[in-house]
Order: sequence, then C-alpha cells, then structure tokens
Amino acid sequence: MNLDINVSDKDSTAVVTLAGEIDAYTAPQLKEQLLPLTKESGKVVEVNLENVNYMDSTGLGVFVSALKSTKENNSELKLVQLQSRVMRLFEITGLTDIINIDSTVRGGS
Amino acid sequence: MNTLNLDLSNYRDLLKQYIRTQDETALYQAEQFSKLSMQQNISPEEIINVHIQALQDLYPELPEGIESSMNFLLEAMISYGLAYQEFQSLREQQLALKSEISVAASMQQTLLTTVKPEVEGLEIGAISIPANQMNGDYHHFVQNDDNKLGIAIADVIGKGIPAALAMSMIKYSMDSIPENRMDPSNILESLNRVVERNVDPSMFITMFYGLYDPGDEKFYYSSAGHEPGFYYNAAEDKFEEIEARGVVLGVTRDTKYRQYERKVNPGDMIIMLTDGVTECRQGDRFIEPEEVLDVIKANMHLPAQKLVEQVYKHFERLQDFHLRDDFTLIILRKEV
Repeated sequence: MNLDINVSDKDSTAVVTLAGEIDAYTAPQLKEQLLPLTKESGKVVEVNLENVNYMDSTGLGVFVSALKSTKENNSELKLVQLQSRVMRLFEITGLTDIINIDSTVRGGS
Repeated sequence: MNTLNLDLSNYRDLLKQYIRTQDETALYQAEQFSKLSMQQNISPEEIINVHIQALQDLYPELPEGIESSMNFLLEAMISYGLAYQEFQSLREQQLALKSEISVAASMQQTLLTTVKPEVEGLEIGAISIPANQMNGDYHHFVQNDDNKLGIAIADVIGKGIPAALAMSMIKYSMDSIPENRMDPSNILESLNRVVERNVDPSMFITMFYGLYDPGDEKFYYSSAGHEPGFYYNAAEDKFEEIEARGVVLGVTRDTKYRQYERKVNPGDMIIMLTDGVTECRQGDRFIEPEEVLDVIKANMHLPAQKLVEQVYKHFERLQDFHLRDDFTLIILRKEV
C-alpha cells in the first residue's frame, strides 16, 4: 500500500492531506514532508487523516517527532478527522493528552 | 575429463575442438571454464581477450573487421566486469554484516534474558518471539527480597537495531532503580526521564509495569501508553480490559503516571501483551482483541506456560507463519 501526501502551504497554515497507509515503508516519506513544515515559527500544521485506514507505531513515531519539533520551533501541530482504528492508537498511547487532536472521529473499518 | 586450465592454450584447444566438431562436451567445458574464471576473479573482458588471441592463433588471416569488432566487444564488456567485481565485494561485505548482526543478536539475547521466577501461589507463563533477528519487545521479571514480583513488558517503537539498543538502555536503568522505589508509577517516571533525554525524537517506548505483592495479594500497576492487558475474573468467569492511562515513555519530560491496584482472587488471571499480539493481521483482516481472549478461554485448562505457547501457535498458524511484529504474552494466574 502507498501513502499519498498532499501539502497545501498557505501563509501561516499548512494543510497536509494524507491517503493510504502509514507504516514502516511510508513513514519516512511522511517524515520528510511533515518535519520541515513544523520548523517554521508560528506555523499551524494541520494533518488530515480522513483517508488513512491503517497506521502502525512507526507512524506514531513520525507524529511524536513532529510534536517535539513544534515545541522546539514554536509552531503547532493539529490532527483532524481520524478514523476510529487510527484514533485508538493515539488513545492507547496517551498521545491524545498531548497532541491537539480533533476528536470528531470519521467512520472506518 | 581433462583438468581445466585457465590458460590460453587450453581455451584455444577447446575452441578449435568446438569449431571442428560442434561437440557438446566442448560447450560443457566452456561452461566449466567460465565458472572457474569466476572463482578466480577473472573478469569478462579478460575472457574476451583470451578469445581474441585464440582466434588469432587459429586464423592468422582473420579479416580485419572481425578483429576490430572483437576489440569493440572487449571495450563494451569492461563495465560489466567492474559491476561484477563490485557485486563480489558487496557480497563479501554482506556476509560480514550478517555475522556481526547475529553476534549482536545473541549478545542482546544474553543481556536481556530474564528468569521466570518461582512465586508461591502464583503461576507464570511467558513467551516472546521476535519478528526479525532482534527483538523490539522486552519483558523482565524482578523478584524483591520481600517476595514481591515486578513485571515489566515493553515495546520499543522504532524497529531493528536502534530499538534493540534502546532496550538495553532501559534494562540498565531499571536495574539501577533502588529496591525501595520499585512502585510501578515511580519506575515509569524514572524511565521516562531517561528515555526522554537519550532517545532519537521519533523513537518512543510503551511500557506496562505491574507489581504483585503476595503479602496483601494485590496487583499494583501503571501504564505508559502500553496496549491494555486483560484481567480474568474467575468468580464471574469474565474478562475485562485493564484500564490504565498514561503517555508513552520519552515524549514529555515530567510525566506523572497514575498507579492502580486490584485484589487478586484465586483463579484470577492477569494477561499482559504487546501489540504484536493484537496487531496481528490475517491477510487484510485485523485480529480483534476479543479473538485473543477466545483463544485464551479455550485453553484456560492448561498450565500458564502451555497456555501462552498455545496462543502463540494459534496466531502463528493464522498468519501463515509470518510474524509482522514481535509477539510477547505474559499470563499470571493465582493458584486456587
């Protein structure tokens, strides 16, 4: 499975729209695109996960390093429209307490 | 059969024999010749060179065009020769790496080996199977002087060798925590500080730490973002998820971990696992946690160690013997 990454970067907000699976194979591409965005001070990086139907712990690692980078660079990370299976991963790992996650859960398998 | 010599006269004789007789044995010997050449690191362009010289010996009146064309071919083969040499040296390097990794893996095995302790009135089953050569799961038993049993089960996110190294770090930090500070929340808080300072930003660790006290027959536990385990209540014959909230190790510096406790009654079971167990996939289908419980339930009559082995065998079969993630399952059962 692949991961499509679409970045629309306008002024102070970057919207990253993902579709596919985030796993050990696709996580490096995501990291490569996501991390530079978080390095800009004041930037709000919004990641739309509506069409991500699978994510493993490697994917979580990418969001954890993005979160750390926003803390260092004074930017902001926001995850929106997670499918329930993906949401569960963030809940189990307690990351829902420290990452700004829009709790409106989309359907999903 | 004549012994093959990698020399010009031998090649010339073979070639001559073949041109005259179109004999298959000469062709076979040509094949042997090329195999022997590979063993001796003789490059393809050298063989062509031998061919050119043999042709010149056999046909002194060789048309000039043919001779030039052979030189042309020789030039064209040089890159192949270089690529082949590179391939050879890569193959040697790969062998060396492989043996180094297996040394590292067996070292890890030795370092992280944990002995399943004997605790009176408690039955313990534990299984941990790595998906790759190095295990990213970690579990450890500690038995204190006052007979309390500590159990750590962890999953290092980030795979392969860096993950394995992080695990050794965790083990040494845990060994250095003084015995009077072995409360689950305490342990997770200290480990969190260690991991937060030391680990690459995309790596983190989930851990569940439990402490069984035979004195008050209670189980104390805290979780750092670890896959929830299950509690089997024997009196009601029911499984429930062990709820314990807490963020994974290594993300924020001063995380506090809540500690929970519950009384363990005879026949009750505490089931701890890593997501290799619940993230099993059969083709495109995920194995739901309920299925794990079904398998445990069906095999509950077995001794704890046999039980965990049976669960592993069940999922191993489902996954066509291919494990996507490390698999660790620990079951404690209070004897009746």
